[in-house]
Amino acid sequence: MTNDVRLALAKDLVMALENNDEAVADEILDKISGERESQLFQEVGLLTRQLHDTMASFSLDSKIAEMTENDIPDAKERLQYVITMTEQAANQTLNAVEGLLPVSKELNEQAELLSGKWERFLDREMPFAEFKDMSSEITKHFDESKQSLKIVQVGLNDILMAQGFQDITGQIIKRVIDLVQNLENSMVELVRISGGHVSGSKKTNEPALPGPVVPGIDDKQGEVASNQDDVDDLLSSLGF
Amino acid sequence: MDKNMKILVVDDFSTMRRIIKNLLRDLGFTNTVEADDGKTALPILEAGGIDFLVTDWNMPGMTGIDLLKAVRANPELMDMPILMVTAEAKREQIIMAAQAGVNGYVIKPFTAGTLKEKIEKIFERIDG
Repeated sequence: MTNDVRLALAKDLVMALENNDEAVADEILDKISGERESQLFQEVGLLTRQLHDTMASFSLDSKIAEMTENDIPDAKERLQYVITMTEQAANQTLNAVEGLLPVSKELNEQAELLSGKWERFLDREMPFAEFKDMSSEITKHFDESKQSLKIVQVGLNDILMAQGFQDITGQIIKRVIDLVQNLENSMVELVRISGGHVSGSKKTNEPALPGPVVPGIDDKQGEVASNQDDVDDLLSSLGF
Repeated sequence: MDKNMKILVVDDFSTMRRIIKNLLRDLGFTNTVEADDGKTALPILEAGGIDFLVTDWNMPGMTGIDLLKAVRANPELMDMPILMVTAEAKREQIIMAAQAGVNGYVIKPFTAGTLKEKIEKIFERIDG
């Protein structure tokens, strides 16, 4: 209500009172107090809305604080474990390759040498004494080949097993990506609230399938099997 | 244990399928087929001819536990020996798999020795 309107109403009220016009005076008083009331309601409504927004942003703040305090360090540890696992896999592979290279080189050199001698024998250029030597060398080569190929087999198996890191680390990284996604959603929410719009916040839950156990993170509460022996013990306790 | 039996290997990671297939080959099992989740595995199983199922748990589409339940619920397939090879290591999950009727449970990362031991154990029980 503007000042002019209020002044006009006050003058009307004075006039009505001077004229002893009770009905008109009451009407004007009602009008003034009614105007006041509706202004008060608007004010209370505005305050209520501000309170609601503030409360909502408070709960969102605590969600982000929780993420900062727990989930992000948790994700960092998980990613650290990814590094450890990939490093182990790389080392395991390199160890195997480094162990196998000399073995295959040695076999190759022996084969080259013997095949040269064998050519000479086929060309009938080899004296009998040398042939006897070659025969024992061939026998030795066969023995060494059998041993070496067993070593190669084991080494190749090591390399094969080292590739398992890809599955494990892939699953860990996927979980961290989910966390980043949740964080992003919360930030968007916060921006939306500070812009004056309120909407319900989504809940984050522990995934139904938590995936690989990360040592030091997932095995704290003792509700997970940290190795195959734990699994076997659990299953045998169930009569398996 | 018949070395010519047909084995279905189900895992969403192709590297893990390769590892398992190679290990099986090393153990003398060369007759293997692959699927990348329960949804693609089930029609292969229903078509018949599979003697042994090796499956992961956490896969998109249809999980290994749902595949296990589907196999046990199918009168044609209910006796299929099933080995679960998974990273899921929560006690409640292992118990859930046992209750659903899994024959063996190997957690990743695993060794060639563990896989061999579990497969042998499964077929010892079946043959014995």
